[in-house]
Order: sequence, then C-alpha cells, then structure tokens
Amino acid sequence: MNREKVIFAFFIVLALTLNFGFFLGDIENPAHHNVFELFAAVVVSMICTVLKFGDRTHIGALMLATSLVADLQLVVAAMIWGYGAQLSDNGMTTEMISSVVSLSGGALLANIVSVILLMVETIVVRR
Amino acid sequence: MNDILYLMLRRLRQPLITLIVIYSVAVVGFVLIPGQDDQGNVWHMDFFHAIYFVSFMGSTIGFGEIPYAFTSAQRAWTLVSIYGTVIAWLYSIGSLLALFQEPVFGRMLRRRSFANEVKNFNEPFYLICGYGITGGAIVNKLCKRGIRSVVIDIDQERIDRLEMDDLALRVPGLTADASLPEALDHAGLQHPCCVGVLALTNNDNVNLSIAIASKLLAPDRVVVSRTESAVNARNLESFGTDHIVDPFRAYAQYLSLAAHSPYMHLVYDWLLNPYHRPLSSAYKKTSGRWIICGFGRFGKALYQEFIEHDVELVLLDDDATQLADFDNAIIGLGTEASTLMQAGVRDAVGLIAGTDNDADNLSIIMTARELNPKLVTVVRQNLNTNKLVYKNSKADFIMEPGRIIANRILAKLKTPLLPVFIEQMQQYDDVWAHTLLNRMSSIANTSELDSWSVQVSREKSPAIMALLDEDEQVKLNKLMKDPRCRTESLPCFPLMFRRNGDLELLPGELSLLQEGDEILFCGLAAAQDQMEWSVNNYNILYYLMTGEEPSHNLLAKILKKI
Repeated sequence: MNREKVIFAFFIVLALTLNFGFFLGDIENPAHHNVFELFAAVVVSMICTVLKFGDRTHIGALMLATSLVADLQLVVAAMIWGYGAQLSDNGMTTEMISSVVSLSGGALLANIVSVILLMVETIVVRR
Repeated sequence: MNDILYLMLRRLRQPLITLIVIYSVAVVGFVLIPGQDDQGNVWHMDFFHAIYFVSFMGSTIGFGEIPYAFTSAQRAWTLVSIYGTVIAWLYSIGSLLALFQEPVFGRMLRRRSFANEVKNFNEPFYLICGYGITGGAIVNKLCKRGIRSVVIDIDQERIDRLEMDDLALRVPGLTADASLPEALDHAGLQHPCCVGVLALTNNDNVNLSIAIASKLLAPDRVVVSRTESAVNARNLESFGTDHIVDPFRAYAQYLSLAAHSPYMHLVYDWLLNPYHRPLSSAYKKTSGRWIICGFGRFGKALYQEFIEHDVELVLLDDDATQLADFDNAIIGLGTEASTLMQAGVRDAVGLIAGTDNDADNLSIIMTARELNPKLVTVVRQNLNTNKLVYKNSKADFIMEPGRIIANRILAKLKTPLLPVFIEQMQQYDDVWAHTLLNRMSSIANTSELDSWSVQVSREKSPAIMALLDEDEQVKLNKLMKDPRCRTESLPCFPLMFRRNGDLELLPGELSLLQEGDEILFCGLAAAQDQMEWSVNNYNILYYLMTGEEPSHNLLAKILKKI
C-alpha cells in the first residue's frame, strides 16, 4: 500500500462526494444546498489541484485540467453565492441559487472525469 | 521551459496545501463561532466576511474587527489563526525563495534563457565549442567582422571570461558538456541560421562526438574540428568533416616553412596572421642544422616536416626510449650547456625548445643563446598564464598552436579561396615569394593585410553581371579603382583567378571577366569596403568603366536631350 496514493485518491473522491452532496436537491431551493458544503467542496478541490501539480505524464496533465475546470466552476459558484447573500439588494433570488447549483453541477462532471481518470490510471498501471 | 515550471510546482505542492488547509480552518472557525452585532444580538459571521477577515489578517494588514467588534471567543480564535496563517505564509514564501536560490534552478534558468536567445537569432552564426585560446581568438575576430557566434564550454570560468571579454557583439555562452547532443541542440545546431560548427575543445573524443552529432543532425553544415592524433583525423575525415586541424602538425608546417623558405613563410604569415612579422625578419639565415629539444608529440610532428625538406636535425630528449630508432639523437634535456655543446649549438642555425615544461623551455633557449647569440630560437608555451615571461623571452618564435590554428580556421571561414592559394603558392620558389612579399609590403606596410574573394554571379556581384548583359567588357583592373575617383587605385591586388576550376596565380590585371569567375584579392580592409560598392552598384561600376555618371531615370534622359 502506498500512503501517497491513498491521500491522493482520498482527496479526489472527497472532492467528488462533497460536490455531489451540494448539488443534490431541488435546484431552486436554497434550503437544499448547504453553504458549508460548498465551502468544503471549494477547499478540497483546490487541494486536489495542488496535489496534481508536477506530474509530467499525459494522464497527470488531464487530471490537472479537470481539477482546474472544477475549481473555476466552484469558485464562480461561490462568488455568485457571496454576491447574492451580501451585495444584492433583493437577497438570494431563485435565479442565483439555480445558477450556483448548475455551476456546481458542471464542476461535478469535471470531478467525475477526474475520478474516471484515476480509475483508468489504477487499472492500466497494475502494481 | 516545462522543466522549470514542473520543478517549481512540485516543490510548492506542500507549502500550498498547508496554506489552503490553514486558511480554510481559520475561515470555518470564524463562521462557526457566534459573535454579537451592535445591538447585542447573536450574529454569525458568513463566509464572505470570514474570507475577507482572514485574508487581511493572514497577510498581517489588519483592518480591525469587522463588521462588529469581536467577542472574546472570536478574539481567541483570531489569536490562534494569526500565528497559523503567518507561519503558513512564511513557510510558502521561504520555500519559493529557497528554490530560486538553488544552483540547479539557476542553471536551468540560465540554460533556458540561453536557448531562447539562440532560437531568436535571425542572422548567420557559428557555433563554437571550447573557448580556449583558439576559440577566444576566433570569436573575437568573428565579432570584429560582424558575424555572430555562440559558445559552449564545459568550464564555467571560461564562460565568465567570455562575458568579461570586450567583444563587439553579444555572444551567448553556455556552460555545458559539448559532447552531449542536447547541449549542442540548445546552442542552435539545428537552427537554420547556423552556418558552421567549430569543435575546438582540447579533448579529441569530445571533438569527435561534436563532429558526428553535427554531421548527423545537419549534414550540410560546415564542421571544423581540432584533433591531436592522426587516427582521429582519419576518423573525422571518414564522415566528411570539412576541415581538420592538428595544432602540432599545423605549427610544425609553419615552422618548417620558415626554415626552408623564409620568404614563402612570410607570405603565409602575412596572409593569415593579423599581426604579421616584419619584412626584415626574413633576412636571418635559417637553413642549416636545427636542434629539437623535447621529442614528444610536437617534436615528432616537427621531425616529420623537417625531414621532408632535408633539413639537418639533432634530436634531444631525456627519455632514451623515445630516441631509440633515430640517428643524431642525444640523451639529455638541453637545459645544461654541455648537452647543447654536444648537439653542436655553436654552428647550428636554429633551436626549438619543445618540451612540455615551460621553465625548461625558457632555460633551454637562454642557455643556447648565450652559447650562440645568432641562433634562431623557437620556444613552446604550454600554459597561457606564462604569457608575460614568454613575451619578454626574446625568442624568435613563440609556439602557441592555439593562435596558429585560429588563423588557419579564420582564413578558411573568410574565403575558401585563400587556403587554395596557400597550397598553390608552395610550388613556386622563394624568389617568387620575395617579389610577392614586396608587393604586399608596398600596400600594407605594417597594417593588417586582409584578403577577400569576388565571385562573378548574379547574387554576389549584380553590377558586373548587369554590364556583362549589355555586352560590355569588364576588365579585372576596373574593380581595383577607387569608386570615389576612378584615376586612383585601391590598395589591393589580385592574388588568384579561378575560372571553371583552372587556377591562375597573380593574374594579369587586364583579364576579362565572365560569369562564374572567382578572384581572390588581398589588400587593406578599407579597399574591400570600396570594392563591395563597385561590385554591387551598377552606377558606380558604370562610372569606373566610362568615367560618367549613368543617367537611367526619365528626368535625366529628358534633361540630357535638352
């Protein structure tokens, strides 16, 4: 067992599960989407990105790319949330919460690709 | 490029993760800990404010307790987070700085900027491997002629010297092992503007691998290689190395020329060496018995050259096994008067101190000159650092093979006709050489004698071709007139004329030019600049031919009619 691999896979799967947990629920209902979960998803996604730094292989490059996509989507979602909760005059509207959730849905796809790549790498490199 | 980025990312992985984790813990803490608003109600900080607060706290800016004054619990958490975030920052920045200071990183950066600089070259350049005496002299001369070059040397000190040397152009240098094809590639071996590769390191194997790499990666590129052994020279020749120079043999040839035909030697010296020997130096008697002290590589090369010209020789060496098969050999170093007397120094004409020890060499010539003040002395210099003592040794020749081969290579790079001329002129006798030398002397006197070639072709000399197309007869001497005043002659004369492979040395000045002719001129560098005008500019050549300014534009024609 390789401890480094455990940590790596742990974070990648955690990013997916957190993201999925946030995404789950009615798209227009803010009560179904926890802000802590979004925060945790952003943080774990960033850690994943850093963990993928410096891998020169082709799969490594693909994984870094998926992670960057997830980061981008989640950070934009968090920014919209922040705008809705703090700056907007009308507070959090249904349009805003639905765009936050759909952005996190996009990030979810990227995270799924990331996990698939992880699985591919594990299957191809049998050690 | 990628190397540096990957190295940086891999090194920064840990600090960045630490930073993210500590920041997120601090933010979550602020969100969870209940606070109080200005009315005393319980107030939970949201993520927006928490990130805002942690950002300015972590960077030690500190705008205060925002938006409401903190409770004791919040302050306690702030206290913990301040130290956490500041330490995380120090750790990250510290790792980054440590990375920048690492020698490996610096080397990678330098190599990258070197490769980029070479890649952006858009004019012809030479790739020079080895920046010793030869490499240094060649780079210097190329710079003076406005030709760019790139240097690779394994020794950092030499690359430092390259940067300190006062060169007319910027010459990028790389500290790397030139026998590695990757280093050569970074230095522009495959660059379309690279016109030649010069393998001048003092290691024969490295030179060989440079030549091979160059011939494989770019077969049409000119390759010049230095070598010290005949086996290597044959090897280099076998795969088409364009020019092979052996410093010992080159110097032996040079010296033997001085011994058997002093005027020919001076012609050679004047054409190749920018600081040529004065005309008077040839009056010394140089034919007779020569003594060679030190029978190593240099001694053997000399022996072969001298024997070919039937020069009487006495060999000296302290190693008896070296001299076993030779007549006229005396065992001894030559530093003592008795050995030199035994070799017959009193009635010898020349002495060559060619051991591999500088102190011995100097001692030999000083002793020998005391015994016979008229002796022609040749001394071999092994270490460049001894330059000062050698300069004052008053020896007639100081053997620095580095400079001799530098001059040879430069002559080859300057114009390919010059080596042909030098080969051809050796068929003539010393009287012919004396006449030629007087002619050269009347033109150059003590300044540097330059040589260049003119080719009659559409690309190289459009003006001549344009006149030939008009069925005009262009004579050779027209090119040698001053474009500013056609009655004056330029300080130059033709050395050789080549038409369809037929060579004519010192051609008549009334020869008619044809397409494809090549003429080798020698003279002052200023004359070359002027000749460039007459060869390339139709109007100027027309003026030289007829004495009038041609009028080819419409206005001039109309004015002429009136």
